[in-house]
Amino acid sequence: MISLSHYLVLGGILFAIAVLGIFLNRKNVIILLMAIELMLLAVNMNFVAFSHYLGDIHGQIFVFFILTVAAAEAAIGLAILVVLFRSLHTINVDDLDQLKG
Amino acid sequence: MTYTTAIFYFFAAILVFAGLRVITARNPVHAALYLVLAFFTAAGLWILLEAEFLAITLVLVYVGAVMVLFLFVVMMLDINLEKMREGFWDYLPLAGIVAVLLVVEMVLILGSRHFGLEVMGAPAPHAADYSNTKELGRVLYTDYVYAFELAAVILLVAIVAAIALTLRHRKDSKFIDPAVQVKVKRNDRLRIVKMQAEKRPGVEGQDSGEAGT
Repeated sequence: MISLSHYLVLGGILFAIAVLGIFLNRKNVIILLMAIELMLLAVNMNFVAFSHYLGDIHGQIFVFFILTVAAAEAAIGLAILVVLFRSLHTINVDDLDQLKG
Repeated sequence: MTYTTAIFYFFAAILVFAGLRVITARNPVHAALYLVLAFFTAAGLWILLEAEFLAITLVLVYVGAVMVLFLFVVMMLDINLEKMREGFWDYLPLAGIVAVLLVVEMVLILGSRHFGLEVMGAPAPHAADYSNTKELGRVLYTDYVYAFELAAVILLVAIVAAIALTLRHRKDSKFIDPAVQVKVKRNDRLRIVKMQAEKRPGVEGQDSGEAGT
């Protein structure tokens, strides 16, 4: 029988993989966006697991809203990426230094 | 080991493998495809957790819409892969330590000591006619109806923002605003000049229609 901790640890491993991906792919904005999606998936996994084991449907509602916001975020992020590539012809993070921060 | 447990470990292994390939794949297209695999496997795990509606939504929204969008953008951009991969493994020691620490900490907290079957207990089985979708819809349209409408507005804003960001006006476009066309009056374009009719000396027999311009 699978316990709640199985799912939570799986979510934790997934989140750690995404953090690792952000460290490794620090130059490629597309892979960074994908790593963020992976993080959201890990969080959603925890929500669904808690919802199932506590018998509370409200956790799944939260996953629903996270999916909505994540879809909007991905659409706007990719639009910004396309505009960026159109004006600079690169998506290398190292080249995006116009703000001089 | 029961069938469910075996399925869980099988799916979890695929999920972790796909996640690792997403962040290490050389080609962004491969990364996107592995992310599709990860989402699909996660949907399988959610069905194991009796969240059927969300599992199907995950496949529809993520695999069907978001990942296709990712693939479009990845294939549209002409990226210099070699330059992107420069120094890829430089931060691996630091990143590996951080990631391993993350996992170790989370296992310590989330392990079976606090969230195991003995502590949390197995979930209560649902009745045979229990519908996850129906229950979700009931809560969504009563308790969370305000948040639901806000989510709709967020999606609308995202649509407008994505279109407004990527819209561009081409310089050589022959497009004319229909509103401007409709608003044109005769007096803006045509000027009637009163003048005497002229006779050209050389052309006697021809019609002198063009002389009046």
